[in-house]
Amino acid sequence: MKKGMKFNVKSLITIVLTILLYAIIYIMIDNDLLSRHFKGLLVSVGVNIILAVSLNLTVGFLGNLTLGHAGFMSVGAYAGCLFTVKMNLPYFIEFPIALIIGGIVAAIFGVIIGVPALRLRGDYLAIVTLAFGEIIRSIFNNLSLIGGAGGLKNISKYTDFTWVYLMIIITILVIANLVKSRHGRAICSIRDNIIASESLGIDVVYHKLLAFVVAAFFAGVAGVLYGHYVGILKPTTFDFNKSIEILVIVVLGGMGSLRGSVISAIIITVLPEVLRSLSDYRMLIYSLVLIAMMLLNASPSFQNFKENVKSGIDAIKIKIAKLFGRSRSEEA
Amino acid sequence: MELIAQLINGLNLGSIYALIALGYTMVYGIAKMLNFAHGDVIMVGAYTLSVAVSTLYVPVYISIIISMAVCSLLGVLIETIAYKPLRQSSPLTVLITAIGVSYFLESLALLIFGSQQQQVHSVVTVKGFAIGSIEITGESIVTLGTTFIIMVLLTLFIKHTKTGKAMLAVSEDKGAAELMGISVNKTISITFAIGSALAAVAGVLFVSSYGFVGPYTGAMPGIKAFVAAVLGGIGSVPGAMLGGILLGIIESLSKAYISTQLSDAIVFGVLIVVLLVKPSGLLGRKVTDKV
Repeated sequence: MKKGMKFNVKSLITIVLTILLYAIIYIMIDNDLLSRHFKGLLVSVGVNIILAVSLNLTVGFLGNLTLGHAGFMSVGAYAGCLFTVKMNLPYFIEFPIALIIGGIVAAIFGVIIGVPALRLRGDYLAIVTLAFGEIIRSIFNNLSLIGGAGGLKNISKYTDFTWVYLMIIITILVIANLVKSRHGRAICSIRDNIIASESLGIDVVYHKLLAFVVAAFFAGVAGVLYGHYVGILKPTTFDFNKSIEILVIVVLGGMGSLRGSVISAIIITVLPEVLRSLSDYRMLIYSLVLIAMMLLNASPSFQNFKENVKSGIDAIKIKIAKLFGRSRSEEA
Repeated sequence: MELIAQLINGLNLGSIYALIALGYTMVYGIAKMLNFAHGDVIMVGAYTLSVAVSTLYVPVYISIIISMAVCSLLGVLIETIAYKPLRQSSPLTVLITAIGVSYFLESLALLIFGSQQQQVHSVVTVKGFAIGSIEITGESIVTLGTTFIIMVLLTLFIKHTKTGKAMLAVSEDKGAAELMGISVNKTISITFAIGSALAAVAGVLFVSSYGFVGPYTGAMPGIKAFVAAVLGGIGSVPGAMLGGILLGIIESLSKAYISTQLSDAIVFGVLIVVLLVKPSGLLGRKVTDKV
């Protein structure tokens, strides 16, 4: 009984904080407290959060290194944007359908790329996903239906902060709950030891495909959001470097940590913008910071420091929960 | 006739891929890491050559040696600073660091030389000749010859010298090799030095064949060579040679007979098909899991 109560309080706090964060940012946008540049940054951060959280499912939880996440994103983006460009339905019908179409088409590609994943391990799988991403890009470059190298133009700019925020929450909710569920535990067991989980009767084929399909679905959704924000889709946007950028976010945030993915998505997206004033030196500094962060993350003294901070935060959390719990029980 | 000309073209391109793929495969075999910065070492090699020849007026042969030396040094430096502290970390952490190094080299080149691609004159002085209607350029002859010689030397080096055998031992089992008195760190450094020197040679041959160098020159050949290494079975030296040459031939044939734009898609498609049939590459060792 007490345990159930604690859980409720915790999720209540999370819900309140989520709504509060949305309200604060929304009010800031509504009152023009943010520059146009910063508003755009919010959307990019959101898209990257969705991409990173979904990639974390295959890389962090399933343990399969994939280098073609931008491929799923581009398939979804093109599918969803082509739909809105061709259909011309009212905005509130068209856009949700486009998001779902983008997700589903990307998910179908997730199955296609998930099948080789059943046969390949480690770096071989990584290279196949890289190849997959490059194939998609070079085919899109030559497909006149979607504008070829010139890009798909005239996409209505539907994406705003509310849509992005909503999609982030749905993505995190679905993936966090999937990971905690029976299926998620099966996925993690495949990562930890595939032979052991096979011998325990876990359906490896099904669970691997599940992870790939869900990850691809949300990458597709992120692609649709991106397309309806920028207004033009070019195949070169979704190249190998984009896949790498998402992977960097996941690895930096910590594999198998959704919270880490969110935090590092914010850092990695904002960092180049902060460094913009350095103009030519921007990428140089960015790469140095990236190397330094990876080295720092691996050093033992920093890991100790992180542990200390974590236990400190946990202690504060318990105190807050106790505070709320007590006041509740006193009310009752 | 045209087929033969295209095959020679493919061999030329393939030899360059093979040289780069050798660097990938040797480093992977020993350090078990994908060194994504390897492609950019080619670019550094090409720029070094260009600066040495056209700005400092150093004779061609000496500038090639300078270029190899610079790249070897760079390879060892990268390994010591960026990869050595991560020996115990997950392979992914090392991969991301390698990508960071790659970005670093690219943006450094961008700062120093600008985004404009520079013209580089061919360093090859050998004259081409023609058999019937097939023309063979001097660049092709030199590229094929150099690659062949390097492959033979490398195979001999690995099989017959003490250092080469140490490299084999380290790639087999790091711990056991250390117990046998092999310095693992030194061996890894030597591997990086050799791999980077080969990348410099590849860079020199690449700019001689194509005539230009830019900050991102190394990126695409790097990825292709990586594909070649995987195609042949990553970690296997003969596999890298075979994979590189196959990839070059497939690429130039599909450019000539199918579609220029789709040649990349075809190359990567072939890779996927091969890996589905042989999951550890053409000459890769099959790894069975122990329970």
